[in-house]
Amino acid sequence: MERPPRLELLERRLVFVTGKGGVGKTSVAAALGLLASSRGQRTLLVEIDAKGALNDVFETGPLAFEPREIAPNLFAMAMDTEESLKEYLKLQLRIPLLARIGPLAKSLDFVATAAPGVKEILTVGKIAWEVKERHYDLVVVDASATGHVVGQLAAPEAINDLVKVGRVRDQTRWMLDLLSDPAITGAVVVATPEEMPVTETLELVDRLEAETQVPLAAVVVNKVLPELFGRGEQEVFDRLCGPALADPLAAAAGGRVAPVLDGARLAVTLRRTRAEHITRLRTQLPTDMPLLYVPYLFTRSHGVRATHNIADALGAELGY
Amino acid sequence: MAAPAPPAPSGLHQLLATREIIITCGSGGVGKTTTAAAVAAMAAAQLGGKVLVLTVDPARRLATALGLERFGNVETRVPPELFTAAGVQPQGELWAAMLDTKESWDELVRAHAPDAETREAILANPLYRNITGKFVQSHDYIAMERLYEIHRSGRYDLIVVDTPPTRNAIDFLEAPERMAEFFSSRLLRWLITPARSRLVSAASKPFYTIADRILGSQFLADIAEFFVLFQTMYDGFVERADAVTRTLSDRRTSFVVVSTLEEGPVREAQFFMTELRRRELALGALVLNKVLPDWFGDDAACEVATRLTNEPDTAAAALTATAPDVGEPEQVARVLREIGQSFLDYRIVATREREQAAELGRHAGVVVSAPYLDHDVADLEGLLALGRRIW
Repeated sequence: MERPPRLELLERRLVFVTGKGGVGKTSVAAALGLLASSRGQRTLLVEIDAKGALNDVFETGPLAFEPREIAPNLFAMAMDTEESLKEYLKLQLRIPLLARIGPLAKSLDFVATAAPGVKEILTVGKIAWEVKERHYDLVVVDASATGHVVGQLAAPEAINDLVKVGRVRDQTRWMLDLLSDPAITGAVVVATPEEMPVTETLELVDRLEAETQVPLAAVVVNKVLPELFGRGEQEVFDRLCGPALADPLAAAAGGRVAPVLDGARLAVTLRRTRAEHITRLRTQLPTDMPLLYVPYLFTRSHGVRATHNIADALGAELGY
Repeated sequence: MAAPAPPAPSGLHQLLATREIIITCGSGGVGKTTTAAAVAAMAAAQLGGKVLVLTVDPARRLATALGLERFGNVETRVPPELFTAAGVQPQGELWAAMLDTKESWDELVRAHAPDAETREAILANPLYRNITGKFVQSHDYIAMERLYEIHRSGRYDLIVVDTPPTRNAIDFLEAPERMAEFFSSRLLRWLITPARSRLVSAASKPFYTIADRILGSQFLADIAEFFVLFQTMYDGFVERADAVTRTLSDRRTSFVVVSTLEEGPVREAQFFMTELRRRELALGALVLNKVLPDWFGDDAACEVATRLTNEPDTAAAALTATAPDVGEPEQVARVLREIGQSFLDYRIVATREREQAAELGRHAGVVVSAPYLDHDVADLEGLLALGRRIW
């Protein structure tokens, strides 16, 4: 079957960013949010795990359920299923017992442990609600890591299968419509060029396809190391490393060069092994899957400065 | 009276020699699985006895190396020939098993169900299948449960556990408590009361009314049915969860925190180590993984690298004057500039890493570092090589 032409990533209204732990999915989600907002889109960034990672990449202090504008056009919030439930009850059921909802939400949080999917639906539901109501042009979600995200994204379907009647079932229909529409929703999987992240990315791409209705929008390859040498330069480097040149090289450079050569050798090896993993990723993904490359950042820290750098790199990859 | 605590270990070898359970924790992507397998392999090789590594989801080549691809949940012995091939005469045996969540839950149900009919009813229940398969929290508990089960069997001298990729490491620690709490809850009791009397009580309790309205009474009935079945295993479960919790704080158990020196994993490790202390659980060691080599800290080398970066033409001219064979001066200059710049780039990262290591190291008695390896560990030889670096 012919696939419909792919939309530009940020033309969608809802983007889930996921990937194996440690690959930098929070940085990529933050950077996408920053990029979109700087292009004039009113953007909401949602942190699911409440680990404070988004705070680290923006250095804006702890986030709350209530969205806060952390840069022009860029709003950020931390998911909280209890708060999400309170909001849902307020909006949907018009329950007059607002004062008593606190302990109620706590108990229901408890049901969530037992009744599968309740917690997930409160998370996905809140996000989908923001999209449906068009409170923002774009919602970017720093979603759960590989192990959890499928369960989360499949929650509306699972609930739809399990719950035959009731309010929750009524709610899952529009969520599914929204989540499964490639013109609205897209998942972005972040990988680093290493064995496990690439393997997990390929598996996750399959699982998203098989178990959820959320369309895959792009794969981001993060922390791509630079190529050190151009044509013919590797041979020069190999000669420089030979014992015969140790003394003349030290004289020319004004000191012992061995550690610098060792450093370059390590850089070359790392680059080479990582390139193999990139090749594996590229050859095993569907050919029309957009791959976006973000370079490894040799920076002092991972704060807001690094987020801007990643946003610039992604912007260049998207042709902005 | 409690037995005296084991002496404080001075290295991983001593820690592993004096404990029965080692639990490796840390955020995703830091090399937890490989580290767990490496220390288990070292323990089997050097300390002897029967050592089991219980992993969650190893890289495929590592799984193959450990013989896990075919056996999975069942413990399998790593053939001694693999040690011999790696040039090691092992003192003991290395066994491996991979956690299969679904299979482990099924076993648990089989062990605790009062009769065959209940057992089959539970295994066939769609909610049960969803809880064990699709939804997230069951992983943490079942890993703990399986560890407990194997430890209690007394089949192994040492069990090294690789923890599941939890949303945060604390979920894993809290899993048994949460499970026990859940089975003792008021809510559960309410759910398993017959629907008719629940409606009566619903009149006086707005919570239940709302629960019915949100979830639909049919769904609640489904849940209730499932828990009525599950309730038959109540005593076994609660008792089990308590025992699992006790195992964690047993003095024979020790936690090993694995981290790279990147921002996210460091923060997670720090948080986790604080939580361990708060819960009076034993932090045995900190393993720092993928650490850049020391020589990036060499100040003299930094000066040389700076000179090569800023004045590559001068250096290239001087070099090609004495050794013309090395290449065209322009090309040599480009190479010198590139390697100088690369050294300075990596030095920034290495400096940051050293600060992170110093900060993290304050929390742990035993701190070991594993170098950045230029390839993934994929066989026993690789595991032992890594193991020796951190032993």
